[in-house]
Amino acid sequence: MEWRIEVRNRPGVLDALGLGLKKDIEDLGISGVTSVETVQVYTIVGDLTKKDILRIGEHLVADPVTQEYVIGDGEGPKSRRGQMVVEVAYNSGVMDPVEESATKAIRDLDIQGLESIRTAKKYFVSGRISEEQLDRITEKLLMNPVIQHVVRERETAHLRTADYTFHIEYVDMEHADEEELKKLSIQGQLYLDLTEMKAIRDHFRALGRKPTDVELETLAQTWSEHCVHKTFRGILEYEGQIIDNLLKETVMKVTRELDKAWCISVFEDNAGIIEFDDTYNLCFKVETHNHPSAIEPYGGAGTGIGGVIRDPLGTGLGAKPVLNTDVFCFGPPDMAHEEVPRGALHPKRVFKGVVAGVRDYGNRMGIPTANGAVLFDERYLGNPLVYCGTVGILPRECSTKEVRSGDVIILVGGRTGRDGIHGVTFASSELTEESEMISSGAVQIGNPITEKKMVDTLIQARDKGLYKAITDCGGGGLSSAVGEMGSGVGASVQLEKVPLKYKGLSYTEIWISEAQERMIVSVDPQKIDEIMSIFESEDVEATVIGEFTDSKRLRLTYEGETVADLDMEFLHHGVPRPQRRATWSQPTHPEPDFEDPQDLTPSLKGILSSWNVCSKEWVIRQYDHEVQGGSVLKPLVGVDNDGPGDACVFRPILSSERGVIISNGINPKYGDIDPYHMAASAIDEALRGIVAVGGNLERIALLDNFCWGNTDDPAKLGALVRAAQACYDIAKGYGTPFISGKDSLNNEFSDGERNISIPHTLLVSAMGIIDDVTKAVSMDAKGVGDVVYVVGTTKEEMGGSHYYALNNFIGNSVPQVDPVYGKKVMETLHRAVARGLVRACHDCSEGGIGVAAAEMAFAGGYGMDINLGDVPLGSAVHRNDSILFSESNSRFIVEVSQAHQKAFEETMREVPCAPIGRVTDAQDFIIRDSKGRPVVTSHIEALKEAWQRPLRW
Amino acid sequence: MKVKTCILRAAGTNCDLETDHAFQLAGSETELVHINRLKRKERDLANYHILVIPGGFTYGDDIAGGKILANELKYNLQESIREFIDDGKLILGICNGFQVLVKAGLLSGDGKGREVQRITLTWNDSAKFEDRWIYLKILDNKRCVFTRGMEGLLYIPVAHAEGKFVTSNDDAMRQLWANNQVVCQYVDPQGAPAEYPWNPNGSMDAIAGICDRTGRIFGLMPHPERHIHPTNHPRWTRGFRSRQGEGLQIFKNAVDFVKHNL
Repeated sequence: MEWRIEVRNRPGVLDALGLGLKKDIEDLGISGVTSVETVQVYTIVGDLTKKDILRIGEHLVADPVTQEYVIGDGEGPKSRRGQMVVEVAYNSGVMDPVEESATKAIRDLDIQGLESIRTAKKYFVSGRISEEQLDRITEKLLMNPVIQHVVRERETAHLRTADYTFHIEYVDMEHADEEELKKLSIQGQLYLDLTEMKAIRDHFRALGRKPTDVELETLAQTWSEHCVHKTFRGILEYEGQIIDNLLKETVMKVTRELDKAWCISVFEDNAGIIEFDDTYNLCFKVETHNHPSAIEPYGGAGTGIGGVIRDPLGTGLGAKPVLNTDVFCFGPPDMAHEEVPRGALHPKRVFKGVVAGVRDYGNRMGIPTANGAVLFDERYLGNPLVYCGTVGILPRECSTKEVRSGDVIILVGGRTGRDGIHGVTFASSELTEESEMISSGAVQIGNPITEKKMVDTLIQARDKGLYKAITDCGGGGLSSAVGEMGSGVGASVQLEKVPLKYKGLSYTEIWISEAQERMIVSVDPQKIDEIMSIFESEDVEATVIGEFTDSKRLRLTYEGETVADLDMEFLHHGVPRPQRRATWSQPTHPEPDFEDPQDLTPSLKGILSSWNVCSKEWVIRQYDHEVQGGSVLKPLVGVDNDGPGDACVFRPILSSERGVIISNGINPKYGDIDPYHMAASAIDEALRGIVAVGGNLERIALLDNFCWGNTDDPAKLGALVRAAQACYDIAKGYGTPFISGKDSLNNEFSDGERNISIPHTLLVSAMGIIDDVTKAVSMDAKGVGDVVYVVGTTKEEMGGSHYYALNNFIGNSVPQVDPVYGKKVMETLHRAVARGLVRACHDCSEGGIGVAAAEMAFAGGYGMDINLGDVPLGSAVHRNDSILFSESNSRFIVEVSQAHQKAFEETMREVPCAPIGRVTDAQDFIIRDSKGRPVVTSHIEALKEAWQRPLRW
Repeated sequence: MKVKTCILRAAGTNCDLETDHAFQLAGSETELVHINRLKRKERDLANYHILVIPGGFTYGDDIAGGKILANELKYNLQESIREFIDDGKLILGICNGFQVLVKAGLLSGDGKGREVQRITLTWNDSAKFEDRWIYLKILDNKRCVFTRGMEGLLYIPVAHAEGKFVTSNDDAMRQLWANNQVVCQYVDPQGAPAEYPWNPNGSMDAIAGICDRTGRIFGLMPHPERHIHPTNHPRWTRGFRSRQGEGLQIFKNAVDFVKHNL
């Protein structure tokens, strides 16, 4: 029997979701909609009586105060008078996040016989709109065909899946020529290149047998760019020199040479580990989830954050996640709908969907999201970037893992379905307008509660010492997790034991599925019962699916039949390392020729209103940034809790005053001039963020996340080499090691006519430690009469600046970094902060002194009167606009009380530092030129309004 | 005497550790107890003095925030909860825990064991999750044991999507006021009733928290456990520093009540 319950608000109750949709419809440019009403639909299948259904309506699905329900009794979508109606349901096979909890809740009501429950949303749209407009609303706002469809007629909640009949599939490639190998790679969505396909063919030729489909899939996954970083670890010919393993020669080399005792594990585990205190270590990992987010922003971003949370959880013996970070790059949200190419979603929709995805997953996990950035550029249109990071804390003795032969493999967490088949190979490819169609299997919707339960029980099992090794099932699924974990010993897996969401999966699908919320643990057979009882006690599913062996082989069976038997050596070390060519030539951009304007107020406001600089409060407030109770400096600071903090500070251990600082640096605009200086500036910016709030260069660990276009293009590969070289030079100079990183290449979008590559984008994330959080400093101006200083020299470095961008120029004089000088500036400033001499400190970055000083003023609710003639210059700078908006690195704006003025100047005497003005009582923000003539005059509220308006959605 | 607090966990609970920390600072022994242990009788509520349902997203807020856990209390643990209340013990629900108490009917009963849900917590007027600090006016309310003796404004954060307090009708609202059940209201920094964002979700009568007729069951949307340390204050760098975080007093009051009355 199938039942349908519809739940709607009682008359007179505000439909807040409907109201939000109405506004979104207006944003689409469709006027005439007077209201949108949302109705929740439940389709329930099972041996249930009408009495049962009434009980479910009465006691579960409808709120007795605000809602009412009707038993639809099999009625499909029907419009009421004067209203249009759209019903949207999940596609068959897409996980309905509500199903599991609703099933449990119905059981709690003592109702038996339930088979399945699915949800749908019904929208009643009132007003004068056409059918075409309704279609547009549906397409743009109400559903995404990748995971949902419009319900046209009565649908069943039964999942239609065929039974699976086992038979082994072999791939005939023994005699395949080059063309056939290429074809095989494309048709199988393997994304392996010709040399790799040849290596596989030759390997199996030598063995005298055909590979099975799952063997080929395992090799494709293990050898994918996403998993082995072929480009970064490959052999490059760059400007006449051979670079064997770029990663080892740059980013990892810094860490090796600096050899910091507090670096516990670097570039080995799922996240880098550093020391926190005598009892705990910290780990940090940042990942990207770009391609899934391009196609299904909500699901893609949610599973992005869900995936990176499992990295710390799979580090050592498992770290408890304590902080999330997120950095996004989108196309401009105000782009006209007609200009969006086919196959791409509108940037505003991507933005909103990504934020909602990270919000719903991160908040439900109970992890504060307290640091991030959002950047915009037209080239991110079809290929947005979604960086998600997680910091974890773990007992020091839990920082290593050991896989022993004889231990069993237990799969913990969510069930396995067809979700995410070919996710990693998809991630390693370019997006096209067809990506939506061929890759929909690669998009998943997460279920954070499944993950939360899993985290809760794994930490308990860890603390009882019940497992010896753990790793996450992320990209590549079981194939990647088991394959990597067993690489040193050997592993055997019985695929029919893997619990499935629905029947019909082949052994290959089981093995490569990237279903979310799963982890693998390695357990001593003696301890199986004990660990299983922990999982069972909190309703977490866990299954023994195999064991680690001493065979040095990966052996997969399905119902007793061997379906794969691979040599671990070939699997993990057999990938060919072709030599690739990288080139670099410095581009030249037109230099601006306009006059230095008399009044720079409009320029300042213009930069404050630019998408990159403007307030991100709309995003930040949707994240729970203080769950876990340890927040010290929140992302929004100042007199009205709305100024832009430089870095977040939090106490992961509530009984301790020791804190963690997280910041980031990213500026793709500089990469258009020179990726070397872009990378250098990103590191400098991340470090400035840490130092600005009271951190110290001695204990900062860095993460690199490169997002690049197609590096088959020698010029793009050369740009990557330059950026990596800067990572070595600058991090080495500052003495700050990299502990982990990740790259995502092939970030390009093609609509059939144009090919759009993203700008070279490097995110540098930094993690610092502060011994006493009560010494931290925020950026908001705090006292009338206080002296405002600029620390660090300003140079004529306007290339890639926001000021130039405002005037439609890029220029060439990109900001550079001198780490010897920069280190001295930051160390000296830190001494002043540690001595308690600094009242406020703000990193001087995008928009230069003008933006930094204005932000300090309006965040503090005070005016400022400063003089550009007093700014310490590092080279001759003749223009006011240059002094005000140059984005030279290693600079800070600092507020010092008059009482501490002398001590501060004394502390700072060996680095460039000069008073440039004062904090004033009047709410006017005034900047004068060297002759005392005002070049900027504005009320601080007007500046704040310019800064807040763009994203006040 | 030793005060024992049961911090109830379920799938999706996520403010358990900081709530645990707050009760420990307030002088209570604490235990994190998963609801399955109560249902399977591995733990007995009778052994605790205070039951706390912390914040989080139990069961993902699926169907409605707090609804599924509320039903578990209502249909699976009815008797032990009833005994716990009849023994004069305390129940606190914070955020998602408040939603649970409301939807289990534990705050709007007639005090004689008849639990009727005449109030609810629904979607914020803004239709989205928001995290912001708010001023709470603690009403001169002799009834609620958790806020006894507290005066003036309490500064703590809210972080929720479904926190708008509504009653089924005017009569239900009148009764709440008549019975002294309204414990705290959202106000502006001067202590006057105000609109969004000071009232962050559009709650009727700006109600942020209520107690039952006994004053021993208290639920509120804002998070007192997030203002326990002086540096939790969003403007501590501007001189807003106290010896303890402002939220701690609520937990101390609960522990003191148990010490003196049970």
